[in-house]
Amino acid sequence: MGAIGDAFTWLATGANWQGESGVWNRLAEHLYFSGVCLLLSCLIALPVALWLGHLGRGGALAVNLSNVGRAIPTLAVLILLTLTPLGRLGDLPTIIALVLFAVPPLLTNAYIGMREVDRAVVEAARGMGMSGRQVFLRVELPLAYPLVMTGLRSAAVQVVATATLAAMAGEGGLGRIITAGFNTYNTPQVVAGALLVAVLALLVEGVLVAVDRLLAPMRGREAVRRAA
Amino acid sequence: MSGRSCLTANDWICGEYVRSRGQELADATVQHVWITLVSVVLGLLIAFPLALLARGRDGRRSRFAGPVLGLTTVLYTVPSLAMFSLLLPVFGLSAAVVVTGLVLYSLTVLVRNILAGLEAVPAEAREAALGMGYGRGRLLWEVELPLALPALLAGVRIATVSTVALTTVGAIVGYGGLGTLIVDGLDSLFKAQVLTASVICVLLAVVADLLLLGLQRALTPWTRVRTPRIRGGVRAPAGTTHTPITRIAKAG
Repeated sequence: MGAIGDAFTWLATGANWQGESGVWNRLAEHLYFSGVCLLLSCLIALPVALWLGHLGRGGALAVNLSNVGRAIPTLAVLILLTLTPLGRLGDLPTIIALVLFAVPPLLTNAYIGMREVDRAVVEAARGMGMSGRQVFLRVELPLAYPLVMTGLRSAAVQVVATATLAAMAGEGGLGRIITAGFNTYNTPQVVAGALLVAVLALLVEGVLVAVDRLLAPMRGREAVRRAA
Repeated sequence: MSGRSCLTANDWICGEYVRSRGQELADATVQHVWITLVSVVLGLLIAFPLALLARGRDGRRSRFAGPVLGLTTVLYTVPSLAMFSLLLPVFGLSAAVVVTGLVLYSLTVLVRNILAGLEAVPAEAREAALGMGYGRGRLLWEVELPLALPALLAGVRIATVSTVALTTVGAIVGYGGLGTLIVDGLDSLFKAQVLTASVICVLLAVVADLLLLGLQRALTPWTRVRTPRIRGGVRAPAGTTHTPITRIAKAG
């Protein structure tokens, strides 16, 4: 427990929070990376997944992409990109690597969410004379919503967690506190940095669960619980 | 050899690098495979009793299911870099840090899949075996485990592929296998080393996945698709049939 205690002492020291390499600045960088990546990933993955799900095509693509995504070491992608001309553009390698990491789970979850909508309900909606667009907006999307949100939640937590790796490629974010601690053999700082990231990941999860509860257009709790 | 060597030109692809540093690459690959293998095997050894604990004696979820699933999920949200860092004070700079971290990550996927597999065992099969006088142990070993095997092995495949990718992060404590070469390559701006190590890492994941798929098919012959009948009842000629490599999840 000594290491944890020392970590709290580090965290309680005001000087560690100030300045360019202070906690506040690192936290802002971390949230910026994570937010931009998540937004980009959603803009790329969700329209494609929802559209494919609506058409009922591309199942193999969605499932295989998820598996491929797991096999790609994010750290390797990040470092490869840093060494290309893109590396001179500052944050871009981090953002691309994180987007590559977040798109597959988002895509797969949203696609499966759409496909798990009861076909009988969709048929009934069509039978009532709804157009494809109406079926999509009024039937499929609300019913798929819980699983889409589950995908978004896990992607958000994973992106926040993985943004830490940016530090290993020399970029900012909370990971820098950890790597800086490593380089100076400052174990309390390493543990403090790790605690900060873990708490942030759990906080993001909590906030998204709360937002989900507030927004849920359908009381799809059962589906959410099943998928979680 | 004509012109400049690709090593001095710092090309991305460099056969000379692979030839001259082959030993280093091989050592890193062996370390990578070793760390992955130990982590997944340990993960399986820990996940199995946890899944049994979450599943009650009557085949349904026990009161431990919530805590077990909750704990393994929380572990998964801890960032890899942070996980290895948090374990550092416990184990010091050693491979144990990396292996422990990877084991903790693999638990989420493994426990869920084993539990799902055990829960999918039909109640009739359990009751029939119990009626035939099977004890709990024999029921588990001879009836439930084989029936849960496809789900279990699907979990092992996911865990293995993720673990191969995550092992790279172990570079922070110097036990990242190919990841160590990748991170060193960044410090020295050595492109061939970064690309070669990254490619081997992805290949390792693919090979591991294919090997486990082969194992899955060998161990569960009953799940294989039978020779498909062509319309009209004519059997497809021998040798033209195949089992799809990836079972597409046909949801709904």
